[in-house]
Amino acid sequence: MSHGEKPRRSSVRRRLAFWPLLLLLVLATLGSLVASLAFGSERIPVGEVVGAVTDRFAGRDPGRWDVIVWELRMPRALLAVVVGAGLAVAGVGMQTLVRNPLADPFLLGISSGASVGATAVITTGVLGGLGIYAVSTGALLGAVGSALLVWLVATAQGGLTPLRLVLSGVVLSSGLSAIASFLVFLSGDPRAANSVMFWMLGSVGGATWEKLWIPAVLVAVLSAGMLALHRWMDALAAGPDTASALGVNVAAMRTTLFVGLAVLVGVLVAVSGGIGFVGLIVPHAARLVVGARHRVVLPVAALGGGLFLLWVDVVARLAVRPQEIPLGVVTGVVGAPLFLLLMGRGRYRFGGQQ
Amino acid sequence: MTGTTNGDRLAARLRGVGVSLGGRRILADVDLDVPHGQRLGIVGVNGAGKSTLLRVLAGVLHHGSGTAELAGPDGRLEDLHDVRARERARRVAYVPQEEVVAAELLVGEMVALGRVPRTRPWARGGRDERDVVLAALDAVGLADRVDNPCDQLSGGERRRAVLARGLAQQCPVMLLDEPTNHLDVAWQLRLLEVLAGQAETLVATIHDLDLALRYFDVLAVVGWPDDGDPSGATGPRGPATVVAVGPPADVLAAGHVDRHFGVGSVQVPHPHLDQPHLLIHARRDHP
Repeated sequence: MSHGEKPRRSSVRRRLAFWPLLLLLVLATLGSLVASLAFGSERIPVGEVVGAVTDRFAGRDPGRWDVIVWELRMPRALLAVVVGAGLAVAGVGMQTLVRNPLADPFLLGISSGASVGATAVITTGVLGGLGIYAVSTGALLGAVGSALLVWLVATAQGGLTPLRLVLSGVVLSSGLSAIASFLVFLSGDPRAANSVMFWMLGSVGGATWEKLWIPAVLVAVLSAGMLALHRWMDALAAGPDTASALGVNVAAMRTTLFVGLAVLVGVLVAVSGGIGFVGLIVPHAARLVVGARHRVVLPVAALGGGLFLLWVDVVARLAVRPQEIPLGVVTGVVGAPLFLLLMGRGRYRFGGQQ
Repeated sequence: MTGTTNGDRLAARLRGVGVSLGGRRILADVDLDVPHGQRLGIVGVNGAGKSTLLRVLAGVLHHGSGTAELAGPDGRLEDLHDVRARERARRVAYVPQEEVVAAELLVGEMVALGRVPRTRPWARGGRDERDVVLAALDAVGLADRVDNPCDQLSGGERRRAVLARGLAQQCPVMLLDEPTNHLDVAWQLRLLEVLAGQAETLVATIHDLDLALRYFDVLAVVGWPDDGDPSGATGPRGPATVVAVGPPADVLAAGHVDRHFGVGSVQVPHPHLDQPHLLIHARRDHP
């Protein structure tokens, strides 16, 4: 019974069913993975690609496309999927941690910190002994360092509250970006500026099977971890008092989430640079289609993010062949209108904001 | 009157509790017994610290000084700090005053959050959970809105839905911050009955002194022990405390209401029903 309240509006919002959508995303990802191997500077017929892949699985002798398909394009495609999935999951986690719809995985100054590390390596040649891993290592160190800095600043001010995390993250980001620019300025080498910019805009071009497994394991473990705590994540998203009243240890949960995200994003940035937009728009898109519960958002965002970045990489390879566009450029150009389209689809709210 | 005990068993107890928020002392020397199986109302003027007191009882806010204790299933009091958050949430359901309802959640999904203390964090909500959620929503008259998005509820409906989450927690003690805010008069009365019917012990802050007089077994007044202008118009005051505890008719006697709320009042019996009412008027009119 409703005592003089407003008349009922017809209001069951349309959502997509979770399991069919998940199945569809899995199939689409597997299919796209194989299909994407056909595209590149050398166009390989899809039949040949399928042949090369099945040859490998069947243990037959490698054919003429084996090296390109299996050693070059496959790790690259897989890395795109892993990074896309990781960024999307990190975006979901970050938006829940700080309860802010504009949060993205790079909020905690992680990408700026990574750029300082990478820039230092590119311009000064430190860590040169690590060879091809030098830039990645520098980026990882910078990322972890900046996350640590945000942690220390927020904790010194009284705790990891959303507002403090957002503010110290944003402020430190600008500070670190300034340092990175200063390093480029100091070096006086125009090529350094160029490589720093390309690095920051992101690429999965350097993928090898050896480089693949650390991010892959990390993304899998942390996604599974967040999924295993999906109810507590839901409670945390409802606000600290509510979560605490529901028996969730808010401080411990925030700390765990913070550390997990810092490591995950640090590694992702180290292997692929700062690919923007994926971690911001994919979580929102996932919420729009399946609702806000983490149990359904996390898997859909992970698969959606992987699938999205896989095709972004294909576009990046093809658009101005033989040159490659940085992934961050494609995600921005494709992502912005796509997101506006999704937002326009229905009234969308997050954290009480419209 | 401070520290009055009704009956022998307590659901919770505060002794000498002090709270500071952002460097400002809000409450000091609070002594309060929450009698088991009764309805305790907390009244006081705006800014006295009613919500803060409730948050301390809920274990959501850590008090600076004194002891806060909560009864276990055996009725024995334990220090609130020693009770794990998850265990506490199985004993006490706390519903904050103004809650931003999580966006993009359906009403049923929001209410299902009340099952968090009793389910593993990775569990899928099954049929049992759905039944508890539906029963809780039915109690607040929203069972037919279970699959609607939260943001399509009106203010009063949203308030009832959040209270349904408290009901779904199925705790012996319920702590409610202004449960009747935003509600129509009919729902104000009905909801308090529903809530009291589900929880053994009910503690609620309440604004409406007339409702407080009729509805609660015990009332506690949060205010300042000294005389003066209770509206606080004369500037910021020191920390507040529980200045009176007792049966509603005593606590809301004209002298007390004048002193703690700054208004004149008179208790009159309902002409047809066996219940008292509180009539409030401006202080000047009072002889």
